[in-house]
Amino acid sequence: MAEEKLKKRAFLSSQIDLSKFNAKDFEKATDEEKRQQDVMGESTTFFKDGMRRLRKNPLAMASIVVLIIIIAIAIVAPHICPYSYSSIITVDGRRDKGATDLEPMQWSELEAQYMEKTGKKLFPHIFGTDSMGRDYFIRVVYGTRVSLLVGIVAAVMVLIIGLIYGSIAGYFGGTVDLIMMRIVDVIYSLPDMLIIILLSVVLQERLTPLIKGTSLAKLGANMISMFIVFALLYWVGMARLVRGQILQIKNNEYVLAAKSIGTPNGRILRKHIIPNCLSIIIITTALQIPSAIFTESYLSFIGLGVSLPLTSLGSLANDARAAMQTYPLRLVIPAVVISLIVLAFNLLGDGLRDAFDTKLN
Amino acid sequence: MAEEKNLVEVSHLKQYFPVSQGFHKIPLKAVDDVSFTIKPGETLGLVGESGCGKTTVGRSLLQLYKPTAGRIVFDGDVLFDSGEQYDANGEVICGEDGKPVIKNPVKVNMLPYRKRMQMVFQDPYSSLDPRMTVEDIIGEPLDVHHLYKNKKERREKILDLMATVGLNAEHAMRYAHEFSGGQRQRIGIARALAVNPDFIVCDEPVSALDVSIQAQVINMFEDLQDKLGLAYLFIAHDLLVVHHISDRIAVMYLGHLMEIADADELNDNPIHPYTLSLLSAVPIPDPETARHSHRIVLEGDVPSPLKMPTGCPFRTRCRYATEQCAAERPILTDRGNGHMVACFNK
Repeated sequence: MAEEKLKKRAFLSSQIDLSKFNAKDFEKATDEEKRQQDVMGESTTFFKDGMRRLRKNPLAMASIVVLIIIIAIAIVAPHICPYSYSSIITVDGRRDKGATDLEPMQWSELEAQYMEKTGKKLFPHIFGTDSMGRDYFIRVVYGTRVSLLVGIVAAVMVLIIGLIYGSIAGYFGGTVDLIMMRIVDVIYSLPDMLIIILLSVVLQERLTPLIKGTSLAKLGANMISMFIVFALLYWVGMARLVRGQILQIKNNEYVLAAKSIGTPNGRILRKHIIPNCLSIIIITTALQIPSAIFTESYLSFIGLGVSLPLTSLGSLANDARAAMQTYPLRLVIPAVVISLIVLAFNLLGDGLRDAFDTKLN
Repeated sequence: MAEEKNLVEVSHLKQYFPVSQGFHKIPLKAVDDVSFTIKPGETLGLVGESGCGKTTVGRSLLQLYKPTAGRIVFDGDVLFDSGEQYDANGEVICGEDGKPVIKNPVKVNMLPYRKRMQMVFQDPYSSLDPRMTVEDIIGEPLDVHHLYKNKKERREKILDLMATVGLNAEHAMRYAHEFSGGQRQRIGIARALAVNPDFIVCDEPVSALDVSIQAQVINMFEDLQDKLGLAYLFIAHDLLVVHHISDRIAVMYLGHLMEIADADELNDNPIHPYTLSLLSAVPIPDPETARHSHRIVLEGDVPSPLKMPTGCPFRTRCRYATEQCAAERPILTDRGNGHMVACFNK
């Protein structure tokens, strides 16, 4: 290439200034160089992509941290704290009748004497004690355990029933869908609180002799009837949602392609349809947990929740109502814990939706 | 060729979809009385404008929809037969009560035949599951039909198929959304080939691709046909593409077949007025020639398939339409050399 012959580029011309290049720049790329251009991005799955988006959401991450802390305390605290949620504080094998209504981080006289005598330091009453002389911190921890358990078990039950029911209705469509969805409509129109109250009253009599002596007895008939009510009533929302998703997804050509291959219906549902609506299902389940916790707290508050001496956050709040003026902290603590759990699950659910529901992006 | 057995025989295929209008349901006649045959290793092109029922023919043929009526024979086995009997004029024979005579309706379990009849879909974006890797997409037919003994054999087969359609082995673990349209269509083709079929319905496999990729994919279809002896039902709306790949071409309008002929015969000597106008609409690359060519522009719109015109479906837009066209429906008649036309006037 004769570079000298090239005219100097006119000022403001948009022509490429060839003087900056030499013949070597115009050589064909070798195979080696071509291959270097072939680099493909890291293969990202849908899940990885969603997690990346979730990590960027500060509210969701804060919720996860809060939830992990609450769950960790709920699991670990009963093993560390020497007090029991159900019995009055004992000092040296003697019931401490003076340990009622203590302020946070206070010891009763008996305890103070004991510590002075032996020189050992007793575990502090972090939230004080209640009017019966039970450590309030451990009661709150057990209440949290119950609330979380109710929330998660109810959400899982709703998930399983709603998923199966909704998938069948959505996938088979037509008359099957029509009949199944009318049943859903009927259940939807029932006032759920009323049914819960009625059922827990009726079931309590029937269940109490049934579960006597089993590990379920500790949970109480009210709790079991609450689970039964969740299983009976609360899956309808999930079923509707799943059905809607499936109606949408089954019209995709890849479902038709699977049919043309000869894939059986069950496999199409499992391999193609449900994975493609999984994100919505997970999000709804996450949002179902706080609603179940809320219902449980509400029922416990009006006295239909867990049976004594087990406690839940709702019944703790109810007990504290009587002495609201004198010991406001006893009402505030369970209320704050409920709010924290519900808020964290809600924010996490929102974060999950933003991260995984690609239609919003 | 006459003595060679037909691989696919479709006769009087009807596919109606119920459409509710207010309180009553009326049938949408997507495919109405379509008959054709395909020989082993042959390509039948199926052309027609949007909404004329081409895709429905392909899907009904594979029984992805349950056909309303008709008879589908594959390699000598009757796959579906609604049992209506037809006389020589193609009319349904009715009994004394005015209802069609039904003899021996047949409906077989399609699973063994799914191994031999496959489909390539139009839209390479929606026909691949976004949650599956290429390996799983191609491996699914192998899983369903238990075509391997162990994981190693499965993987080998998948890699073989990927090589056949020109995909790299390292693409196996990737997801469909990481590929271009052409590559996705190759994945779709590999999936169809996985069961080693004799017959593939290609439902507008190239219309979603750009022209240079279309050429690659079409050439691949031809190579595969040479190598594996496949028969195709090649559905498209691009006459040039269809003419290039097909041995014979069928022209469809509003659910009816208008003309079937050898590809060259149809191109050089079209008879049906609809085929004439379709051919005149093919873009000509050379502007000089294009200037002198005469474009036949059809008047009016395609009638709604819910309100089909009486007689010949094309008569509302046909220059040659007569009273006879309104009164009765023309059936396909042989004009020599297997050139079948459904028209009274041409």
